[in-house]
Amino acid sequence: MGSTSVDATPVLQLVTCGSVDDGKSTLIGRLLAETDSVPIDQLEYARRTRRGGSTIPVGEVDFSLLTDGLEAEREQGITIDVAYRHMNLPNGRRVLIADAPGHEQYTRNMAVAASNGDVAILLVDAARGVRPQTHRHLTVSALMGVRTVIIAVNKMDLIGYEHAAFEEIVGVVRTTAARLGVPEVVAIPISAFAGDNVTQPSTNMPWYPGPTLMQFLSDWEPADTEATAGFRFPVQFIVRAEGNFRGYAGTVVAGSVAPGDEITVADSGRTAKIDRIVTYNGDLERADFGQAVTITLDHEVDVTRGDVLSARDPDGSSLQPADRFSADMVWIGEEPLAHGRSYLLVSGSRSVPATVTNVRHRLDVVSGHEHAARLLEMNDIGRVEVATDRPIPMDAYDKCRDTGGFLLVDRVTADTVAAGLVRHAMRRAFNVVPHDYDVTAEARTALMGHPSRVVWLTGLPGSGKSTIADATVRRLHALGVHTYVLDGDNVRTGLNKDLGFTAEDRAENVRRVAEVAKLMSDAGLVVFVALVSPYQSDREAAKALFEEGDFLEVFVDTPVEVCAERDPKGLYAKAAAGDLPNMTGMGQSYEAPENADLVLDGTGDLDVQVDTLARAVLGE
Amino acid sequence: MVAYSAVLDELEAEAIHVYRETAAAFRNPVLLYSIGKDSSVLLHLAMKAFYPAPLPFPVMHIDTTWKFQEMITFRDRRAAELGLDLRIATNTAAVEEGVSPFSHGTHEYTRIMKTVALREGLDRYGFDAAVGGARRDEERSRAKERIFSLREPGHRWDPRKQRPEFWRTANTALAEGQTMRAFPLSNWTELDVWRYIEREQIEIPSLYFAKERPVVERDGTWIMVDDDRYPLEPGEQPVMKSVRFRTLGCYPLTGAVESTADDLATLIAEMEDSKVSERAGRLIDGEGGGSMESKKAEGYF
Ligand SMILES: Nc1nc2c(ncn2[C@@H]2O[C@H](COP(=O)(O)OP(=O)(O)O)[C@@H](O)[C@H]2O)c(=O)[nH]1
Repeated sequence: MGSTSVDATPVLQLVTCGSVDDGKSTLIGRLLAETDSVPIDQLEYARRTRRGGSTIPVGEVDFSLLTDGLEAEREQGITIDVAYRHMNLPNGRRVLIADAPGHEQYTRNMAVAASNGDVAILLVDAARGVRPQTHRHLTVSALMGVRTVIIAVNKMDLIGYEHAAFEEIVGVVRTTAARLGVPEVVAIPISAFAGDNVTQPSTNMPWYPGPTLMQFLSDWEPADTEATAGFRFPVQFIVRAEGNFRGYAGTVVAGSVAPGDEITVADSGRTAKIDRIVTYNGDLERADFGQAVTITLDHEVDVTRGDVLSARDPDGSSLQPADRFSADMVWIGEEPLAHGRSYLLVSGSRSVPATVTNVRHRLDVVSGHEHAARLLEMNDIGRVEVATDRPIPMDAYDKCRDTGGFLLVDRVTADTVAAGLVRHAMRRAFNVVPHDYDVTAEARTALMGHPSRVVWLTGLPGSGKSTIADATVRRLHALGVHTYVLDGDNVRTGLNKDLGFTAEDRAENVRRVAEVAKLMSDAGLVVFVALVSPYQSDREAAKALFEEGDFLEVFVDTPVEVCAERDPKGLYAKAAAGDLPNMTGMGQSYEAPENADLVLDGTGDLDVQVDTLARAVLGE
Repeated sequence: MVAYSAVLDELEAEAIHVYRETAAAFRNPVLLYSIGKDSSVLLHLAMKAFYPAPLPFPVMHIDTTWKFQEMITFRDRRAAELGLDLRIATNTAAVEEGVSPFSHGTHEYTRIMKTVALREGLDRYGFDAAVGGARRDEERSRAKERIFSLREPGHRWDPRKQRPEFWRTANTALAEGQTMRAFPLSNWTELDVWRYIEREQIEIPSLYFAKERPVVERDGTWIMVDDDRYPLEPGEQPVMKSVRFRTLGCYPLTGAVESTADDLATLIAEMEDSKVSERAGRLIDGEGGGSMESKKAEGYF
């Protein structure tokens, strides 16, 4: 087909954000009016109607009236929800504007508007300067994956079109944008009211050489999605038709695909080749990002609605199922997040029961600080851990919005209570069928002459975990008990030398140690683990690997001041000097066990502690 | 030849996605078919969404008994050609009582013959999801409408219960008594609909094209006298005018515009020039700024 048309470029999804009175309605109204995107009867309405307090003479267009919406908000003079509008630029570019109004519900609405956004216009009132809301808008845009942010410094007419003031505002915003990792940031000085640099270049600001807002939107080009993720195709619907036709209908949400390509059903790990790409207008030789097609495979594999057909990413990694995820979550439900409560998690076209097992922190969207939190309430954003009832494949959100974003749904009211953005999968469930061996754990235990188990010592650095483990093991060894110690520091020199001390790496550290401990206890040993393991959720995940009674959680309780004074490895001194930002007890929090099987007093007499522990291990 | 349009491709893909989600996620969905151009596009997209399988759910028309005769003929022919499972919902009790566009104000007439009939039709067949052709550009209050729009028990639309929509991921869960409306054409403009009709060569009723028709003037617009139920003033005679319709509804309530556009190309050109929003020609919406919203709260589409 000849691409003679003016609209050969993809739709640009634009998010507009600004606080009340920054001039957002005026800007959008002007853009719509000056690009002929409003019907004339609506323009007429904006000429005739006047809101209380308006100083614009009747007969002139009050641009802010063009974006008026629901009755309720017309009465209150505010907008209460995301509104979608079309704009057609002179070069044929279609812009879909998602307009999120600013006030209490802001974070939620803004997150919705930004979830599909390519470009965000961040309005700053030049006269009032950068305000807390500005950071909030920017943070939410960045979090939701908006790649391009336009800092539109509005009301330049009020400050005499002064260059220095503009640069000052832009400097502050750019710093925040850089911290948030926004890939592209541009700044345009405008007056929504007078029209400068909206669709017409300004004659009042010769110091600004860049494009008008409209020019920038006209020239915009989408990011290359194929660079990050391979083919992803969540199956929505199974098409069955005459002649034994069985096809999988869905939308390509990442990458592209062609007949003959090998794909993996991410859920089962089974592979097949693409046979046909079927559409009403005939078979395709290739399906690209965003296309809705029906795929047939070269041989029968088990595929149901919700499964994801996938291919390897450019970096060689592949999508695999997991049942624990670390995710950022925007809480939008009226009821706060309830720990351990079962929600429905909706990912693509699949729903599975899921629970939030842990809240890591709440994000202060204005300062960017992470605060310890137990709870998320409406309009909060925080980092959480989510456990699904069964393994499902989800991508990191940065890789693909559709397979990395999910919803949490209340199982009773059916309301959407949260939107989640997967940061990474925490426990992958490979598609492996374990082999059953004849010599069982019971048989090995019988030969050992004593039961195997895992003794998990948790506590602050310097609390005495290693010392207590060492002395207890000596005692048990003398009694003929087969023991082994997995010491955090020792494991980090080998098995876990690739891990650091972020919350994610700590979780992985704990996971690996727990798995090794499981193998060793399966072999018949009494395994002592001496590991800071500061997070309750990580320890719970470790415990979940074992039968009731085979895992002993022991809290070595020593006040942080005592630990700091002992400081056997000089860590506290380093942390105090600022050289160890992730030090538990200093920069990072330590979550003391709430239901430890045993609490040892780390400041008490060593022999007493060893006695207590040895007796607990032997089941006396 | 019709030019390639990336915009139409994207809109088509989005609509198909919504269709498939609706078919898979709901127990008993239905396509609300109102015979006009948007419905014709909807039907075409439905054929695409499930190809090579047929449309996996029924189609329902809310018949007020005051539609243009040509609409009904067109409907029955298309249903037969496409093998549709067509259901017709009419408020028969009101018809028997003699409710007509002339016995009641347009607002009340619409409530009784459309809103009530729709609610009864949905309840009678137990439909839990209804696909409709509403677009966000139709009217200012529609700009906030969701693609999946939730209805409370009694088909009430509660703006505060509407679910935020992220990505292409839809929460299609329903609590007791709730139903869903799905709008695959949400992000289309009127012009997109026309250009798509042209590109895909979709058949539409000829009422959209200019032709000499018998009309009378009412409230500044031309009304076509489609049958002898239309009350004329004493001595009044319909005049023949070359007119076309921008939307199709109940003939006594649908204003015609004078036009000579008798094919798609001229029609689209005419539309690109005029820039009046299409609902301006629909008498029912003219009553107060928020009338669409209050009708929706009662269960109107
Ligand atoms: N001087 C000046 N006033 C503006 C400009 N943009 C908007 N305003 C005024 O600021 C007020 C708030 O504008 P409005 O568009 O309703 O703000 P919103 O709440 O962000 O939608 C109105 O009185 C506008 O006329 C501008 O560029 N210069």
